[in-house]
Amino acid sequence: MLRMLLRRLFLGAITVWIVSVIIFAGVEVLPGDACTAFLEREAKGKLLENCREAQGLNRPAVERYIEWASGAVRGDFGVSANGQKSISELVGNRLRNSLLLAICALGVGVPLAIFLGVVTGLRRDKPVDLFFSTAAVFAMTIPEFVSATVLILVFSVWLGWLPGIVLTSAGAPASEFFPEILLPVIVLAMVMTAHILRMVRSSVIEVMAGDYIQMAILKGVPYWRIVFRHALPNALLPAINVVALTIAWLLGGVVVIEVVFNYPGLGRMMIDAISDRDLPVVQAIALIVATVYVGVNLTADLMTMFLNPRLRTHALRGS
Amino acid sequence: MTEITATRTENTRLQRIGAVLRDVMTRPSGAIGLTLVVLHLVLANVSPWIVPYDYKAMDSLQMLKPPSGAHWLGTDHLGRDVLTRTLMGGREALLVTGIATPIAVIWGGFVGIFFGLVGGRLDEVLMRVVDAFLSLPWILKMLVLIVTFGTGIEVLIPTLAFFYGIPVIRIARAATHDVVARDFVSAARARGHGRITIIRRELLPNVLDTLMVEGAMRWSWMLLAFSSLSFLGFGVSPPTPDWGLMIADGRGLMSFAPWGVLAPVVALSSLIIGINLTADALAKALGIDRAQKAPV
Repeated sequence: MLRMLLRRLFLGAITVWIVSVIIFAGVEVLPGDACTAFLEREAKGKLLENCREAQGLNRPAVERYIEWASGAVRGDFGVSANGQKSISELVGNRLRNSLLLAICALGVGVPLAIFLGVVTGLRRDKPVDLFFSTAAVFAMTIPEFVSATVLILVFSVWLGWLPGIVLTSAGAPASEFFPEILLPVIVLAMVMTAHILRMVRSSVIEVMAGDYIQMAILKGVPYWRIVFRHALPNALLPAINVVALTIAWLLGGVVVIEVVFNYPGLGRMMIDAISDRDLPVVQAIALIVATVYVGVNLTADLMTMFLNPRLRTHALRGS
Repeated sequence: MTEITATRTENTRLQRIGAVLRDVMTRPSGAIGLTLVVLHLVLANVSPWIVPYDYKAMDSLQMLKPPSGAHWLGTDHLGRDVLTRTLMGGREALLVTGIATPIAVIWGGFVGIFFGLVGGRLDEVLMRVVDAFLSLPWILKMLVLIVTFGTGIEVLIPTLAFFYGIPVIRIARAATHDVVARDFVSAARARGHGRITIIRRELLPNVLDTLMVEGAMRWSWMLLAFSSLSFLGFGVSPPTPDWGLMIADGRGLMSFAPWGVLAPVVALSSLIIGINLTADALAKALGIDRAQKAPV
């Protein structure tokens, strides 16, 4: 068991390491560096030389990678190219804001998705299933910026119920983001709910068709007991992985939502940094998001393993 | 003898495609989806000849006019005809994604099948690299390249094709693993066939169904990515009509000119929903469970 755990942790660490190499190498290979981006047109001759000297860009790439990576492990990402500010400081608030958005969306989306997924799975091909399954296809396929725009138009412009744009500054306490955060949360929760709902639904249908459920029905076990005691624990297990992938998507994929609602999160900061070619900030955000992605997926894999008796014994026997 | 066998397989292949298409069309989602997709493809091809106005013709006297007899869907903030721009707004997106999707599926599919067959250390390393690429948000990967190399279609097509091929590697590899242990692959190995022959004759036909469904999904996600990029100002450059760009332009004015936003919203949504409904029906017709996929 312990060996299994260590193996998974090791593989996760390897993935994060490869990501860091890709990020660093990517920035190296692409034309231009932090200095040409910072100096723009004046990037030539003496000025460029001095800047590269000051930033230490003249040293070999491997040396700089080791310095950057060891700093990142300690939570120090260096300074941004143009502001000369500590990146860890800049990113800190933004990360918190993105997490706030993600947690709110998860809090709404996951319970709703599981409830609707179970209901549609049990009432397969009945009107309630057709309605929510169709709605789910709409919610998950329409681009986020489109659904966000439509929701702003309806709830903010026409009805005037909710603010359509976030004006709170990045450093404000979390409570000040309400009620401005509600519309972005609704948009994110919609997409998330749709994905998890479909997964849970197909999983419930599969489990309910299983022999042991048929047996329980034939033995006359009460329906709700079958559903809650026998079917759901099995049916919900695969949902953990989908929830994990959705969390990962939330952290990276919310970029467009954050731009639409002017939300001061990590995604909008990323867009700004890319437009300004602030490469140290881009590298830092990329590494943070990738690490969260790997971490969340790893947690989900391990949770599934520990919650599933079959995989658990398998893992035990393996060690 | 050889010739007879060849025509027979060709016949059954055609028959199978026909059967799958019929199966897709008998499902309500497939019928609606395929109709929408075909409609969009036809419109994108003929729109330059049927639109009532020039897509870039501005008219300072006709700015932000509501729908009327002259402008069925009204005009935008520069007095351009919204109907014209909506009808033509999918051309660039369909062109770029239409080229990039097959490339992505083909290269991702071949790499995935090959490493699924070969396995071993190299396969293990490749999967870690694939995981690493997948753990970076798509928009970051795309934007870094676009900001560096520009926003033309000669940049967008290879970029989309490259990044959207990476998840295909995973799918193709998993599908290959399901097949590779079966007896007919061992038989082919025992007959002394090379890897290329095994891939072409034994693996590809079995993995093709999965790749088809995957391709349809990649297409819709690519469209989503493309229009999101346009929306953010990193895709199609004005004055080329594009739905993402039109929504971005019209958004600030939607309190008094909602038609400028609603027309491209309906057009873009109907295309993406059409593709997804078709993919759903296709997956059911081919017997592949599609619900277990998460957004990547």
